[in-house]
Order: sequence, then C-alpha cells, then structure tokens
Amino acid sequence: MRQIAIIGIGQSPVTENWDQSIREIAGEAIIAALHDAGLTSADGIFIGNMLSGQLSKQENLGALVADWVGLRGQDAVKVEAACGSGAAALRLGIMAVGSGELESAIVAGVEKMTETKGAETTSALATAADADYEVIQGVTFVGLNALVMQRYLHEYGWRHTDFAPFSINAHANALHNPAARLHEMITEQDYQRARMIAEPINLLDASPIGDGAAAVVIVPLEDVRRKFPSQAGLKRRNIRISGSASATDYLAVHSRKDPLWLAAAERSTRQAYAQAGITPADVDFFELHDAFSIMAALSLEACGFAERGQAPRLGLDGEITIHGSIPIATRGGLKARGHPVGATGIYQIVEAVQQLRGEAGATQIENAQIGMAQNIGGSGATIITHILEADRVN
Amino acid sequence: MEISRHWRLRKQRYGLMGEICPHCEAKLFPPRDICPECGGEAKTLYQFSGKGEVYSYTTIYEPPAGYEENAPYTVALVKLDEGPIVTAQLTDLGEEQVQIGTPVEMVTRRLRQDGDERGMIIYGYKFRPVGLGPH
Repeated sequence: MRQIAIIGIGQSPVTENWDQSIREIAGEAIIAALHDAGLTSADGIFIGNMLSGQLSKQENLGALVADWVGLRGQDAVKVEAACGSGAAALRLGIMAVGSGELESAIVAGVEKMTETKGAETTSALATAADADYEVIQGVTFVGLNALVMQRYLHEYGWRHTDFAPFSINAHANALHNPAARLHEMITEQDYQRARMIAEPINLLDASPIGDGAAAVVIVPLEDVRRKFPSQAGLKRRNIRISGSASATDYLAVHSRKDPLWLAAAERSTRQAYAQAGITPADVDFFELHDAFSIMAALSLEACGFAERGQAPRLGLDGEITIHGSIPIATRGGLKARGHPVGATGIYQIVEAVQQLRGEAGATQIENAQIGMAQNIGGSGATIITHILEADRVN
Repeated sequence: MEISRHWRLRKQRYGLMGEICPHCEAKLFPPRDICPECGGEAKTLYQFSGKGEVYSYTTIYEPPAGYEENAPYTVALVKLDEGPIVTAQLTDLGEEQVQIGTPVEMVTRRLRQDGDERGMIIYGYKFRPVGLGPH
C-alpha cells in the first residue's frame, strides 16, 4: 500500500440549514476542499452518508454529488456505516488510492437531518440498531446509550455530574470553531439542570444533530511534492495518514459480553497504533466520538487513555482540555460542533488536519504532531480509527 | 412494516424461543445461527424460562415514531436466568421503583399501540416485576 497524504480540507458549518439541499451542502464542502488542495478534479469520490434515503428520499449520492460538483464521469459512490459512514468512506478512499487503483480521491461526509419531524429523525437514527430485537421495543438511540450509562454509574460508582467536564470542554472549544453548531459556554450547574431525555442522559450529555458536510482530498504521499506543485508553494507540513483500521462488534448492545467495553474501539485502535508504530502516550490529541458523554468515557478507556471505569477522572482532572495530557473534542467534538451523523467522521479529520497544520486558532495544541480520530457507527458496532501525522518542517 | 417480518419472529416475540449450541451448550437469545462462544453451527431451538433480572434501565421521554402514546416508558436490559441479556420494555410497574437487580418475568403485551399504515398491531415480550399481578 502506498502512503496517503491529505492535501485539501473543506467544511460547511453545522447548522439547521433550510437554504441548502443535501447536494448543495456536499458541493460546498467538496469545492472548498478541492480549492484548498489547488485542484479542480479527482479520480474518485467517496460520500459518507447514513440517512439520505430516509430523510431526503434521495439515494445514489455518488452520482448526485459528482454531477453537482461538475465531476460527471468520475468513479463515485456512497458509503454507509451508520454514524461511522464518514470514516468508512475515508477508509475506502485510502484503500483505493493506496492500492494504486486511483491516483486521487475526494472523500466527503454529508448529512441533512433538520427538515423532518423529531420523531421521524429519531426513528431514522434508530436504524443503526437491531430493528428486530432493539428498535421494536421502542428503545431509541439515546435510550441505548442511556442503558449503558446507567449501568456504568452503577458498576463504577460515579455520579452523573462527574461526566460534566466532557460537555463543558466540548462547548468551550466549539466557541472558537466558526463551523460549530453551538457557540455557548456551559457550566456544571447548566449540566445538572438540563432537561432529561432518557435517564440518566440529559440534553447536555447528548450531541445535537444538524445539517452539514465536510470533505478532504487524498493523494499518494510520494506524489505531493512531485505532482502537485501548488502544495509545494504553500509550504505546508505534509499531513500523512499513518494508521487506518476498522473493526466491528455485536450489533446489539445486549449481545455484548461486556456492554461497558467498546471491543471494536480496542481492536481498531490496536491495529492503527501498530500501523503507525506508536502508543497512546504518543497521541497529542484525540477527536473521539462523543455522541454522548458516556461514549467519550468508553472510548478513552478502550483506546488506552484510562483504566476501565476511570475515564471520568481524566475529565475531572482537566486532562481532556487543550492543555491536558489527552485533549479531546478540540474543535467542539460531536457534543458542540454538532453531529450530522454521516458527515461527522470527516469533520473529525478536517479538524485533526487543522490542528496538525497549526490552523486551529484559539484551540491550537502546541506542537501537535500526531492526532487520532475515531468514528463510531451504532452504539459501538462499527468503530473506525485513523491516525494522522504531520511531517516536521525542516 | 411488512407483515411477514413480524410473523417470522412469532416464536421469539411470544415465547422467547432461542437456541442452544449443540457443541458447547451455550444458550442464545436472540437466535443466531453461528454460536458466538465456539463458532459452531447452532440451530437447535431452546425455550427460555422468561425469568431474569434488570441489568440496566432507562426512561424514554422522546419516543420514536409510533411509540408516542405510551411515553414516557421504561426500557431495560434484562439478564435472563439462562445467561443472555435482552432489550425489552418494563410494564405493570405501578408505584414500584425499578432498580438494577429487580427480578422480572416475561409477559406478552402490545409493542406498538398505533398499528401502522396497514392496521397491524404488534405483540411481543415485555417484562414485569415478579410477584405483581396474576400469573
């Protein structure tokens, strides 16, 4: 496999976007990414998306988007892995360019979620779970996470309020991200008083949905200086994808031997660490899948940043902030940047590239060299991990 | 929803019919044709007792489409006496406060109150605290 570099990034703000359709939102991010890369085309287009069929009554997104951005004729396809669709699309793009099948690819994630009624969107999201044995019982996606969090509180003895730092940190970082859905600081008191959605998960444990798209352009690393002169002119650090791994688990939470352990996160991260030749201690920041505060905790544990049952301690000790030992959600995370589900995995990659290029503004992590992004489809069923590294500028 | 989709699950929905692995005797619910314990083929039917205890629970305040009428309602992970955990609503709760560890038993109830566009009413398992109501 050839090594892969990311040479362009683009994103549209996560909003309730009544002005743009799904093709327009995707097009905006893709054109921005091509512009950032100094290109006008790419050999392939991979679109991460979960809900277009259900909520926009639109499938065949590969052709739809290729047509819209003026790249008719190119190889283009939609990739679906529930909320992990974005990272799944990136992984396919990496395999296509890495193998030599394509010389360049645009990988985008797009989702349009705010035009339908709440109950309809809730039902659509629940299709990530087991229709016959979970969803039929009236459990929502939030509900599944609530079942996990309730058990976690019971087994490890944490109080609900001990999870507040995850949400407070995400909101504080999103304040400085113009593309974020929420721009408001929250306090522990706000967290404690938030409206209950599915006990013990309240509104400030949960990420907001939204409309949005993000895109990256990938090429073989060996070609960056040779074939893309615009990149040499930019004097940017090369951003290399040094790890990419996907793993799956039982689809249904109830089938897992230990519902409090993200086995697929452990497996995919172990593979990605091995590919990159690093350990968790080498990771400068971690864009994790904090769809719910409990998921942030479980991810930190399964990826080797905290002992089992101890992740809330990292939050309480300030280790997850941009000045801590393992900064997370540095641009707001799912919690405050927002969670346009199939687009989220690519927002994470765009944000990681911003950090590694030194373009993260007020939430820039000093000397960031290695970033990790992890995207989860379902409540832990599909977990995809990417490790990005910035080449040192000589 | 399609009628056949629910019809083919009737043994599971009405009777908690799972499987037992003929190779390692693992008891499986929901049924799955490959045993997750030993990897062998497992298609032998096994009748679960319907007894278990609450492993975790939550209250759904924002229900999906088709479940609005009953909200808020309680959903639990129920650990069956035979080992597997199932996702199910708790019912017949009265004033009782559910806790992790509360013993429960299976009952048959309407899962969706509204029928759907074809007028279908879907029945299936829920669980209630043991010792409540007639058996």
